[in-house]
Amino acid sequence: MSLVFAGICSHGPGMTGRAHLVQNTERRDEFFAKLDMLRAELRESGAEALIVVAAEHFANFFMNNMPAFCMGIADHYEGPIEDPAWLRIPRRRIPGNSDLSGRLVREVMQSVDTAYAEEWKFDHGIMVPLNFLTPDYDLPVVPANINCQGPPLTPLSRAWAFGEALRRACDAVPERIALIGTGGISHWPATPDSGKINEAWDREFLRRLAQQDKAGLLTYSDEETYREGGQGAFEIRTHIATAAAARGQAAWLYYTAELPIFAVGCTVGRLEVG
Amino acid sequence: MSLYQLQKSLFTLNREPVAQAQFKADREAFLDQYELTDEEAQALRDGDIGLLYVLGVNGQILMHFAAFLGIAWFDYLELMRQGVSRHGPVRAGVYAMTGGGASFTPEGDRT
Repeated sequence: MSLVFAGICSHGPGMTGRAHLVQNTERRDEFFAKLDMLRAELRESGAEALIVVAAEHFANFFMNNMPAFCMGIADHYEGPIEDPAWLRIPRRRIPGNSDLSGRLVREVMQSVDTAYAEEWKFDHGIMVPLNFLTPDYDLPVVPANINCQGPPLTPLSRAWAFGEALRRACDAVPERIALIGTGGISHWPATPDSGKINEAWDREFLRRLAQQDKAGLLTYSDEETYREGGQGAFEIRTHIATAAAARGQAAWLYYTAELPIFAVGCTVGRLEVG
Repeated sequence: MSLYQLQKSLFTLNREPVAQAQFKADREAFLDQYELTDEEAQALRDGDIGLLYVLGVNGQILMHFAAFLGIAWFDYLELMRQGVSRHGPVRAGVYAMTGGGASFTPEGDRT
């Protein structure tokens, strides 16, 4: 039928793996309540499948053959690829839908040269959002990756074009489709600076995202992003693609920089589908 | 410098149970499959997280190797800091330390 739901959220492995160590439990519970709210709204949308626009971290894609974009076309996936005890998410099979995925990929390819994959082991970048948003794993998932890790990175303008292509593809199929973009804004994950967050930079990015400010979203250079937001901020590509797919302003956004143990400014929100 | 090969070895180790079994059973045979400098091979052989970090291994790859070795999260962060103290700044890649070695996570403060 069309795109019926668009949202964004963080995916730090600490959100599950280190949740029990958090000192600021009040803020943690507030953040998790917002993720619950997004889960409820996703369910209320009646979505029949969920596209997760992700920024994976060398679980499937490496510099031996790095795609700018890749979409999954399998009937099922597996995750997490990480040690389940480390991530505190049990390893399991996640439903896909090869028929639907194939139709979406064919439509996306009309304007963006996405790679595709029949095998995909989900890492925390997809498993953490699913853990909060579809905890029963009852919604078929279509993973859609943007290279945010191995430079040369996918240009922001192409991330926007990918989001537009995903939207056209969603609107061309009879099913009701939801889309979640998951990535960090500023963060320095897996470095000694883990927990460092540039709140002002994050809030300015979210302002542009919330207002469908395409020009503002596409002006960030990789040099500025690395300097102000760290290597983790290269994941803004997932949010930019989501904004392009949604074509609408933010219905609501939640952000807190007060959970550094999650190594990211924690973000949840829903965008209007315009 | 063969950072690509070093990271490839850890990427493979992180995702392949067969490689993990080989690393545990016959570490030299695992190392022989990659074109590594002596320093890289030694860092991998010793599980030297600090040196691997300084050599430029991407943190998204390195943190899982640390977990594989049974190193807890805050110990992993500290080992990277010690690596920079011992060997100097990160030599390659985009995962350099920018905070002077300070902790940004109250839960991890050791003082």
